[in-house]
Amino acid sequence: MQFKSQAVAKPYFIAAIGLFVGQILFGLILGLQYVIGDFLFPAIPFNVARMVHTNLLIVWLLFGFMGGAYYMIPEESETELFSPKLALAMFWIFLVAGALTIVGYLAVPYATLAELTGNNIIETMGREFLEQPLPTKLGIVVVALAFLFNITMTVLKGKKTAVSIVLLIGLWGLAVFFLFSFYNPVNVVLDKFFWWWTVHLWVEGVWELILGSFLAFVLIKTTGVDREVIEKWLYVIVTLTLITGIIGTGHHYYWIGTPEYWQWWGSIFSALEPIPFFAMTVFAFNMVNRRRREHPNKAAVLWALGTGVMAFLGAGVWGFLHTLAPVNYYTHGTQITAAHGHMAFYGAYAMVNLMMISYAMPILRGRAANSNKSQVLEMWSFWLMTVAIVFITLFLTAAGILQVWLQRAAESPLPFIAAQEKIAIFYWMREWTGVAFLIGLVIYIISFFVKGDEEKAA
Amino acid sequence: MSGAFTKSMARNIFYGGTVFFFLLFLALSFDTHSQLPKRDMRANITPQIAEGKKLWEVNNCIGCHTLMGEGAYFAPELGNVVARYGEEGTKGFIKARPKEGVPGRRSMPQFNFTEEQLDAIVAFLKHVNSINDANWPPNIQG
Repeated sequence: MQFKSQAVAKPYFIAAIGLFVGQILFGLILGLQYVIGDFLFPAIPFNVARMVHTNLLIVWLLFGFMGGAYYMIPEESETELFSPKLALAMFWIFLVAGALTIVGYLAVPYATLAELTGNNIIETMGREFLEQPLPTKLGIVVVALAFLFNITMTVLKGKKTAVSIVLLIGLWGLAVFFLFSFYNPVNVVLDKFFWWWTVHLWVEGVWELILGSFLAFVLIKTTGVDREVIEKWLYVIVTLTLITGIIGTGHHYYWIGTPEYWQWWGSIFSALEPIPFFAMTVFAFNMVNRRRREHPNKAAVLWALGTGVMAFLGAGVWGFLHTLAPVNYYTHGTQITAAHGHMAFYGAYAMVNLMMISYAMPILRGRAANSNKSQVLEMWSFWLMTVAIVFITLFLTAAGILQVWLQRAAESPLPFIAAQEKIAIFYWMREWTGVAFLIGLVIYIISFFVKGDEEKAA
Repeated sequence: MSGAFTKSMARNIFYGGTVFFFLLFLALSFDTHSQLPKRDMRANITPQIAEGKKLWEVNNCIGCHTLMGEGAYFAPELGNVVARYGEEGTKGFIKARPKEGVPGRRSMPQFNFTEEQLDAIVAFLKHVNSINDANWPPNIQG
């Protein structure tokens, strides 16, 4: 690696992968509970397993973002990290806080956890994805601020590139919009309205800046295409992201008590949200086609192309599928949403992190790229996980369409549970595909331990 | 994307476009806030409803159910559950959950709520049902 302090990224990446494994294991538990309703009941009820599944996802992605930033920023700024010690301290704080939170979810009833952790002081718990106890939420703020301070100081003392500026805007946005997780008014409509300022403005806003920036960085490194060209693309992509995505928040304001005009604003702007993702796909393929060098790390290039395509399919196409208000009236809160969520998160955020890890990890371990044998294995894991998520999405989509039909559109609509029983076959197929995903993930991890002829780092 | 269109033009469009659309979003949000009191029935919110919302949260109901379509998709929509089962029916259902679950089937945990807590939960759910949410869900099944 070019700068010694980039090494702090390594524990972040390792933790990210570890938590990813946990996320998938709990995903399999949830999938089984869909078809064997009393599986692990009452020890681990569905809501607890789901919290663990989604919170681990968020935390591992954040670990990946932080690790990626710590790796990338010194190289972009052409200077050592402002404080590697602070970065390491924050790593341990975040890891311990995260682990304690998960233990808390699993060890005591959620109401008891709320009681013990001071939810009565500021009531923030019990809202989807923001279930973390108050100390954890405060810990996230502390870690995020220390991280941002570290990264910002590094950029300020070094070179300022478009790639690092876009990343900084994304990361600061992430921290700022998280603050809305502390606002929980008694009025449930207001609660929901601002809940989306964290959730939507993260995943369909500022996180896409992080994604674009990471992708641009790895493409610069692996293709050797002129930075000017890549950075121009990056600006165009993030422009498209924010001019569609910010007002696109409106697609969550159709049925929660907000005025009807959101059905127009939300439908029109969120219908345009696939465009930046499409641009990202074109961008990745275009740059790789115009490459001026053959980078030995083929696996990283594969992840880069993969994240472009899968983010477009998952976030773009599957998002569009149910974003228009007249369609969403029927699909809102069904398995269609779950289908979209799975492919979008994997395609956009899991894959971009895996891309960064794939590019950076070999260099952090003192080689330009992993051995051919190791890369072949990594590419197998790429295809297994990616094909698995495609099928998980297809099965959930089929389940969702039938659910909408049986429960909401048929002449004599069925009650929720009766409809669920009729579509169980798709849940079974999703579960088996989930097992295939886990096998892919295991192969991915094995690929780190496969030796062979490695090229020394430059 | 070459020639006349330069990186600094792209950057300026990024900043300008972002600021413009963010301000537009704030303006729409501001307008929404002026309209909300007519739709969200805030005038009817009692301490009991507030207590119900808190119970809804600290028991992580959203981890299985949806409320106005948001949440998890493992268990039924509850925004209109009081209309579906009635107040007593809803309370009775919650009370009757077997502690060890139902063999092979999904079941809600037994939360051991007091009568007072059950009343608060039902009051909260009734309040949610009274919100003007553009006629969602499409039918009584949620």
